[in-house]
Amino acid sequence: MMNFFKLTKATVAAPADPRDRGGPRQPMLIARNLRKHFPITGGLLGRTVASVRAVDDVSFAVRKGETLGVVGESGCGKSTLAKLLMHLVPPDSGELIFDGLEVGARDGLRLRDLRRNMQMVFQDSASSLNPRMPIEESVAYGPRVHGMGRAQARAHAISLLEQVGLPARLFAGRYPHELSGGQKQRVNIARALALDPRMLILDEAVSALDKSVEAQVLNLLRRLKAEFNLTYLFISHDLHVVQYISDRVMVMYLGEVVEIGPVERIYASATHPYTRALLASQLHADPRARVTEPPITGDPPNPVNPPGGCRFHTRCPFAETICSQTAPALTPLPAASEHVVACHMADPASGHTRAGAQARPGLVPSAFADTPGPDRTSKEGVRA
Amino acid sequence: MSEMTTNPSLAVPAPGEDVPRGERRSYWGNVRERLRHDPVTLFFMAVIVAAVGTAVLAPWVAPHDPYATSMLARLRPIGTEGHILGTDELGRDMLSRLIWGARTSLLMGILPVVIAVAVGGLLGVIAGFMGGAVNMIVMRTMDVFYAFPSVLLAVAISGTLGGGMGSGLLALTLVFIPSLCRIAETAASQIRSLDFVDAARASGAPVHSIILTHVVGNVLPPVLIYASSLISVSILLAAGLSFLGLGVSPPTADWGQMLSSLRQGIYMQPLVCALPGLAILIVSLSFNLVSDGLRQAMDIKA
Amino acid sequence: MTAPSKIVADPSQAAAAPLLEVENLHVDFISRAGRTPAVRDVSFGLAPGEVLCILGESGSGKSVTLRALMRLLPQGRSEIRGQVRFQGEDVLKMPRRALNMLRGARISMIFQEPMTALDPVFTIGDQIAETVIRHTGASREKAMARALELLELVRIPSAERRLKAYPHELSGGLRQRAMIAVSLSCYPQLLLADEPTTALDATVQIQILILLKQLQQDLGMGTIFVTHDLGVAAQIADKIAVMYAGRVVEYGSAEEVLLNPSHPYARGMLASTVSGQPRDRDIAAIPGSPPDMRNLPAGCAFAPRCAFATDLCHRSEPGLTQRGAFGHVSCHHVHRLDPPAPAGASVTTL
Repeated sequence: MMNFFKLTKATVAAPADPRDRGGPRQPMLIARNLRKHFPITGGLLGRTVASVRAVDDVSFAVRKGETLGVVGESGCGKSTLAKLLMHLVPPDSGELIFDGLEVGARDGLRLRDLRRNMQMVFQDSASSLNPRMPIEESVAYGPRVHGMGRAQARAHAISLLEQVGLPARLFAGRYPHELSGGQKQRVNIARALALDPRMLILDEAVSALDKSVEAQVLNLLRRLKAEFNLTYLFISHDLHVVQYISDRVMVMYLGEVVEIGPVERIYASATHPYTRALLASQLHADPRARVTEPPITGDPPNPVNPPGGCRFHTRCPFAETICSQTAPALTPLPAASEHVVACHMADPASGHTRAGAQARPGLVPSAFADTPGPDRTSKEGVRA
Repeated sequence: MSEMTTNPSLAVPAPGEDVPRGERRSYWGNVRERLRHDPVTLFFMAVIVAAVGTAVLAPWVAPHDPYATSMLARLRPIGTEGHILGTDELGRDMLSRLIWGARTSLLMGILPVVIAVAVGGLLGVIAGFMGGAVNMIVMRTMDVFYAFPSVLLAVAISGTLGGGMGSGLLALTLVFIPSLCRIAETAASQIRSLDFVDAARASGAPVHSIILTHVVGNVLPPVLIYASSLISVSILLAAGLSFLGLGVSPPTADWGQMLSSLRQGIYMQPLVCALPGLAILIVSLSFNLVSDGLRQAMDIKA
Repeated sequence: MTAPSKIVADPSQAAAAPLLEVENLHVDFISRAGRTPAVRDVSFGLAPGEVLCILGESGSGKSVTLRALMRLLPQGRSEIRGQVRFQGEDVLKMPRRALNMLRGARISMIFQEPMTALDPVFTIGDQIAETVIRHTGASREKAMARALELLELVRIPSAERRLKAYPHELSGGLRQRAMIAVSLSCYPQLLLADEPTTALDATVQIQILILLKQLQQDLGMGTIFVTHDLGVAAQIADKIAVMYAGRVVEYGSAEEVLLNPSHPYARGMLASTVSGQPRDRDIAAIPGSPPDMRNLPAGCAFAPRCAFATDLCHRSEPGLTQRGAFGHVSCHHVHRLDPPAPAGASVTTL
């Protein structure tokens, strides 16, 4: 029981994690058909008049030791997804399988054990720490709850604070208001590591930070991942950051997954028109590569009563009748089975006039061809 | 740009940024520090301490027996030999009665608020933190009490229970619970939505531990600020109840009750008759000003 | 202080009369605890139709500088010193009434959060019309016609219907467009923008940036754009001023500053952007964090984080060294530093 809390430095040397059950091929986490609709009640009787379809039938797997990046705009459900995975919000339906064990099933994994194995780093460093508690206690709280003695928990917290770059002699007794944003985020990371988890969910963990601090924290996350043998689910709206940190990328739009693939493929040959628009909207720190035409127009629609068929058809430059009628299923591309897309154009049998064109590289639709520069340039960087 | 080091230990701030150890303070440390630099609040705190001290030490401080009547020395003016503050309508020493009266009046002022903080605060924290049906049941019940004006409610309750100190205390406590409960509920439900509570839940902590460790400490400041302002209200209400004959029954000394019984002498010795009122005024004003000071000292982000 | 305070005039400004000249601007915040500097000796110029980006991290003084230009800082709790000349008039010495006529008419401002900048109880049309009436004395019909014109200008679809919409009925992008429309209601000569796209989604941000650039060019507005995002600056700026700890540490054309930065902080910022970084290596992050403004280090404020810092840097604050046609760099060692990385090395290559 107690060796559970032992610092995992030893596990770095030994490639096999003693906590491993299912073997290297068993994904760390599988989410199947996760769904969460938040009802909107109205009227005197409080009847449900509509619902926010925050997460709708989302399925994916996170492999052991990888970083899965999750991108999307506001309202795409990525933050709700994080809370569903942690069971901070109960899902309406769907199942979670952690290292081969179904969460909450009779002979599966108890919620309490899931939470010990999977921890979360929150975005808002201001509200994520108790203002009345010295940070050392905030870090030690989790282990204390799980039965660790006071002195041991304190020593554990101090060693973790050191690990994230906050020397205990200067920081352990400080209160959150005495820390900068980056330092608070380091405390958040230390706290998430306190239960010695195998997987971290990072929900916009660097988004609120200044750029120079963001780089420090990203470096830290990279180092900790190796040192603690971690698996990451990294949620962000920043495509630059996701490209840097992820092995695979999942793109969400209005509560649904529209594309999943290896990072090189997503950034070099994204197939879903939404992913392509998102990539073309990235800004680059080069004044010679200005974008003069917006890749797509309009705002992301409200997740209350999203459009039928393909949810992106209202903003898609290639939308046809079929797109507003049937929702495309996630299908692997013939060229790369790792790369999964939910778009009628990627399915030769869909009846879309451009169907099949995307399956062959080089024949991608050219609506974005008139946006010069950034998205293409970044591709070259990746290909090189 | 390889000069830019990437050593993780360099998250340590530049030397100038370090907060020296001596200056580092917790929230409550900050509050204390702010109060220390607020002379007005400190002065009125001293007034309250003096009043409470006198009340506690009444048997030793009071120059006369507060119940010793004298038909001959009735309604003597202020400055009378042996009776510095004069005597009342039954010839009892005013100073002694005011000192003994402070006991009941302050007790009636403070005790109901203390009990209401405990009961209302607890209910509010639970309602706010649990949300849903629990919140609904607790808060709608409170709303029923809220619907009546507090004076009316206090009069009604102690009237129903029949006068006396016990029923007065109970009536006042019941009057204060709903508003304190509401304050605690608002604060707790705000805290519930903060990430650090989610983080605690995510670490597998049971509800009671989260409430005790993370919620109570953050709910306390707004509740204490409000409660300190309620004490003066409580003193006034208690005086009001006694004045109406619903609180402490004679001959027990109590400022409100004294004010009531001295009404008859108001044309003969207006100054003496005003003394209990003055005592109520000073004490409740002090509590109000201290409450304002506390609000300023506690209303900090940290 | 040894710093030469006069900055070299921009030759392009010498020809056209400058729209705005800021010289030795200082802003202090005053509280019970004492005086905290927020902006320290900031100077720059802006020609009509030019876009200046003030680039900096939180607490660098970029937003305070912007607000000081319009004297939008809390009175009594702040002190502004220096000179802000707008079309030759000193804004800091201007009487209240003249200032009010300037605000919203010849100079207007857009904010990060349109929800807080727009009044929730009035329709978009009413809010634009009110500004038009206040500054031009036009009739209500004329003002409403103007409002419609403006909504079309900022490309709000079905503008006529949106005139009667309340701010909360619009999506984030439309709301930001509506705020831009309000700010353009009197065709200002100078537009001040405080991170107007930071809260927006990527696909919406690019639309707003393109719109702002177009409007700015079409209307010939001088624009000062405050941002923390290098990408936003690259997209919109003609000139860039990089701020650190209340000072402008580097000032120059967008190309100079972004492709060929001199100041170690500006270089570090560029080197630490994630964009285009190799995935298997650490990012060259600037160590440490910005200084506490209440307790600034002696000498150069960046010295504690700077890889090139020497004793001199810890002792005395560097003056301004001219760079390029009109720009300047505030660093003791600007001449000694190795030539900056070849253009675009830290940026995604073209």
